[in-house]
Amino acid sequence: MIEFTMPALGADMDEGTLNEWMVKPGDTVTRGQVVAIVETTKAAVEVECWHEGVVHELLVPVGETVAVGTVLATMLEVGEAAPAQPRRSGRRAGKPQPAHVPVAVAPAPAAAGPKTAPHRRRWVSPAARRLADSLSIDVNSVSGTGPQGAVTIHDVEHAAASAKQPQPKLTAADRAAGMRRSIAAAMSRSKREIPHYYLLHEIQLDTALTWLTARNAQRPITERLLPAVLQLKAVALAAQRFGEFSGFWRDDTFQAADDVHVGVAISLRAGGLVAPAIHDVPGKKLDDLMSDLTDLVARARAGSLRSSEMSDPTITVTNLGDQGVDAVLGVIYPPQVALVGFGKPAQRVCVVDGGIRVLTTTHATLAADHRASDGHRGALFLAAIDELLQRPDELEK
Amino acid sequence: MKVTYRSAVHDALRDALRDDPRVVLMGEDVGRYGGTYAASKGLLDEFGPERVRDTPLSELGFVGIGIGAALGGLRPIVEVMTVNFSLLALDQVVNTAAALRHMSGGQFSVPLVIRMATGAGRQLAAQHSHSLDPWYAHIPGIKVVAPATVTDAYGMLGPALADPDPVVIFEHVQLYNTASDVDALTATDISRAAVRRSGSDATVITYGGSLPKALDAANELSLQGIDCEVIDLRVLRPLDMETVLESVRKTHRAVVVDEAWRTGSLAAEVSARIVEDAFFDLDAPTARVCSAEVPMPYAKHLEQAALPQPDKIVAAVNSLLGNGS
Repeated sequence: MIEFTMPALGADMDEGTLNEWMVKPGDTVTRGQVVAIVETTKAAVEVECWHEGVVHELLVPVGETVAVGTVLATMLEVGEAAPAQPRRSGRRAGKPQPAHVPVAVAPAPAAAGPKTAPHRRRWVSPAARRLADSLSIDVNSVSGTGPQGAVTIHDVEHAAASAKQPQPKLTAADRAAGMRRSIAAAMSRSKREIPHYYLLHEIQLDTALTWLTARNAQRPITERLLPAVLQLKAVALAAQRFGEFSGFWRDDTFQAADDVHVGVAISLRAGGLVAPAIHDVPGKKLDDLMSDLTDLVARARAGSLRSSEMSDPTITVTNLGDQGVDAVLGVIYPPQVALVGFGKPAQRVCVVDGGIRVLTTTHATLAADHRASDGHRGALFLAAIDELLQRPDELEK
Repeated sequence: MKVTYRSAVHDALRDALRDDPRVVLMGEDVGRYGGTYAASKGLLDEFGPERVRDTPLSELGFVGIGIGAALGGLRPIVEVMTVNFSLLALDQVVNTAAALRHMSGGQFSVPLVIRMATGAGRQLAAQHSHSLDPWYAHIPGIKVVAPATVTDAYGMLGPALADPDPVVIFEHVQLYNTASDVDALTATDISRAAVRRSGSDATVITYGGSLPKALDAANELSLQGIDCEVIDLRVLRPLDMETVLESVRKTHRAVVVDEAWRTGSLAAEVSARIVEDAFFDLDAPTARVCSAEVPMPYAKHLEQAALPQPDKIVAAVNSLLGNGS
């Protein structure tokens, strides 16, 4: 039995509201399939499931707000027999319990064996079935708390009540206030827990920009690259080499990430920001990164991100150059350990080979967690980003 | 006033003998000994040996005499010491008393009342402790009642005597010493079940000696926030299913408690009728709490373990609410 739990969609999330189930009992789920939509303070997030299996029971009805870690649904592994005794709930008829009951997350027992048992018909009490009919409720979407996990009148009434009174839609102001709170929580935690150190490094951009201009000239506007894509790729490749900047500080120890998923700080029009991930940046071609970035920004602003995008970033890049600032000294998003910032690319007077020249440069900054890395390595990391940006052909691969 | 079940039975017999000269009482030890359960103490002195008769130890014989007396115009009350011994008289009950009206095209009726003790709990072992009440409830042509309260212990005898057909009254041995406050004892009815406790979450249906256990269980459940309705069937034949179904339609859950063995019990019949007539109102399967399917053990702990008990009723109700473990 696989337990599918409310994911933590970022360090600042304690609870989420189940907005919609995209599956029902009996459905086969493949890895990465979106199975539910969860409302957080930041967005309505499409939650993916990373197990393959067959949905057994939906345990949390639509509209309910539950804590992170609460079991939302159970799934049978491929080939696993349905248990004789389905999950029992402590819920008692007529006495609904508060929504915030933390459900213990039990380790998944081993699969029952190679034999595949046919799925049993969903148990719905006769009275519950009749009531569901009269209320036009789909009993398959109702989780059962009755004897042997059967759907009871109480369960149908509960489902009907939550269907009838959907969580009052968050207004833009509510959501902005909620987001402010969650940013406050995450950033306070960051400054409270993370001993930041900051490095600043000026990077000459002429080579990269010349290369980019030539490349874009051959393409229609829709396929042109932005400098930000080069920066993302350079940071990701450098982070691959300097592993202590890509990962998480958890339980008093640094856990290096296997793949580099770069969080992109995106400011939202109504205020606030999110930093969802572009997955596996080192392995992606620039064109793919560009389209991923465009898509991510659009979806972040529309409020429809995926759970993996919210929870997976291993390092974050923020670019405030568009706003005209020279440099950004960022605050790390816990439990990540590093944030790379880029300021405005501008023409600046530089000394090159003993002569004075005017070049386009940007100030790259690193805010890093001193628990996980030291300034010496941080300097090498920034230098590596610089070096990569001087060889744009390398970034193309 | 505080009245015991035993004295309510006694007073009912005395008042019946007083009120109707056709009423006679007969059975083993009802006269000089005053009744095995002391229900007829003093009646021999008050009404004389013509109307209060000790009989030989022959159930077949004296139940047959009762039938003859009834056919002859009397209103006999026959006491059989326990239902276990009544098997010896079963031929008279089934083949004669219950059948005569039907076999005579309505020309004869048998206005006979048979009282007998039933049930376990007194360490009297397998030949004195069984609840065979459901066997009698199986037989068309007779009425079967089970007074479970002091009020009914008194009140059911009058209507039973007034009934033109045989009526069997089951008095559970554990009830004789129970007592309750009643204002006055009057006739009740022998047609309807009674709601002894109203509730909304589950219906516990029982009769006779299991009623106090069901009420205890309901009280315990109320402490857990579960509100049980308790129905006393009172009449085992014909069953008042209307009262039962009305309750089940309200609570959507039914537990039937019956001291008889589960297989072929009255609980089986009640459960089947609920499923037949209230299926779409059920929110859980029906449940039964009955005696273990063994001849009743002598040892006290085994006897108690074999019988329905409040904790088993509590567990059954909880399981219907999905609260089991």
